[in-house]
Amino acid sequence: MKPAAFDYVRAESLDEALDVLRNEGSDARIIAGGQSLMPMLNMRLAKPRVLVDIMRLEELRKIEQRQGKIAVGAAVRQAALLEWPALGRELKLLSLALPWTGHVQTRSRGTICGSVAHADPSAETPLTLLALGGEIVLRSAKKRRRVAARDFFLGVMATDRNDDELIEAVEFPATNGQRCAFREVARRHGDFAIVACAAVATDRGVRLAVGGVADMPTAREFDALESSALDDALNAFAWDLDARDDFHATARYRRDLVRMIGRELIAEVTQ
Amino acid sequence: MTRLGSEQRHRIRFTLNGEAVDRICEPRMLLTDFIRHEIGATGTHVGCEHGVCGACTVEIDGSPARACLTLAVQVEGCEIRTVESLADKQGRLGVLQSAFRRNHALQCGFCTAGILMSLDALFARHPEADEAEIRDVLTGHLCRCTGYAPIVKAALEAAAELRGETKIEAVNA
Repeated sequence: MKPAAFDYVRAESLDEALDVLRNEGSDARIIAGGQSLMPMLNMRLAKPRVLVDIMRLEELRKIEQRQGKIAVGAAVRQAALLEWPALGRELKLLSLALPWTGHVQTRSRGTICGSVAHADPSAETPLTLLALGGEIVLRSAKKRRRVAARDFFLGVMATDRNDDELIEAVEFPATNGQRCAFREVARRHGDFAIVACAAVATDRGVRLAVGGVADMPTAREFDALESSALDDALNAFAWDLDARDDFHATARYRRDLVRMIGRELIAEVTQ
Repeated sequence: MTRLGSEQRHRIRFTLNGEAVDRICEPRMLLTDFIRHEIGATGTHVGCEHGVCGACTVEIDGSPARACLTLAVQVEGCEIRTVESLADKQGRLGVLQSAFRRNHALQCGFCTAGILMSLDALFARHPEADEAEIRDVLTGHLCRCTGYAPIVKAALEAAAELRGETKIEAVNA
C-alpha cells in the first residue's frame, strides 16, 4: 500500500496554491494534515498528479473571532483548536465533539477544514458545522465564495467545492451560551461513528444533526417537544435518513440509536 | 514555489532522534519507509498502513503522529523521535520501557514501539496523566496480545517513576 507517484508542491503563498488548482484542476489535491487523504493515497483510492501542501502558510493557521463567528483557517490542526483557550466558551459543541474525532495521534496532524473537505458521512466536524449552521469559505484564483454547511455536503465524500477551489476557512457561529450536546456510538472510541448526534438549542426549539447514517450529515429542527409528538418526529427523522445495513451495524440498530440518542440530547438541551 | 517532480528524488532534511538527516527521496515516500529503508532505523513498525493500528506512531515536533500517514517530504525541518530514542547510549532501557518489561506489557511486541512513543509524548506534556488519559491515548493503538491491562499498569508505574514518586532499579537490556 504505497501512494502512486505525484509531484509535490510546498506552497509558499496562498496564490501559489490557487494557481496550481487553476492550472491542474481535478489532477491536483490539497494536502493539509493528510489524515483523511493519506489513507486514500495509500490505498490508491485517490491518484492525484500533484499534491499541494498548504501547511507552511502562516495566513491559514489562524483561529479568528469576527462578528459572532469563529473562523478556523485551513491549516489549523484539530489539536490546535482543541487547545484553543476560548473553545469551551465560544464553541462548546466542538469541545464536546473534537475528542471523538480520530485519536490524539491523528488530531495532532489532521485539520478542521480537511475533515470538512473530505466529507466522510460519519465525521464529527462536518456534523458540528451543520448543527451550528456554519459556513464554508471557498477560494479560487478568481474569487472567494461562502456556502452554508447545509448546501455544501452533497453525498459520500462529495461536496459543492469546485476543482479549482480550496477551503480557505470554515466559520462556526459562536455558541454564546446556547445549550448544546453531543453523543456518539462507535466500536472503539475515535473510530468511525456508527451514529453521531449533535443537538443545539435554537429560538424555536432544537436542531438535531445526525452523522453516520445518511450519505451526509443531516439536520432537522424539532419544535414540538411534547413526549409522544417528539417520539413520532424522531421516528420519522430516523426513517427519513434511509439507514442501510453495513459491516459495522444494521439499519435497524442505527434507527434505534437515532431515536434514543436524539431523545436524550433534546432533553439535555431543553431542560 | 517549491515543486518536487514525481520521478526524481529530492533533498530532504530533518532531525531524527537528535541527529541531522540529510538525504534524498521521491515525493511519494512515506515517513515509515524513509525511516526504515533509507535510514535503517527499524524500531518503527508498519502495520495497517492506513492510520488505524498505531504501530508506526512516532513523535513529530513533540506530538504523536502516524508515520504511515505522513510523507517524508512533509517533515522537512521537523524534529522526529522514534523508539530508538528511548534507550540510552549504552542500550539500557528507558523508564517507560523498563516498566513495560516488568509488567509484561508486551508479548509479540509488534505494537509496542508505537505505544511507547504515544505514552512518551503524553508524559512529556502531562506528567500527571491519570488512567483515563492513558486509556484515551491507547484508543489510538491496537494490541492483539495483552488485553491492554498490563500496558495501563506499566504506564501508570512509569508515570509515577518519572514524577520521582518511586524509584525502581534500572533493568539492563
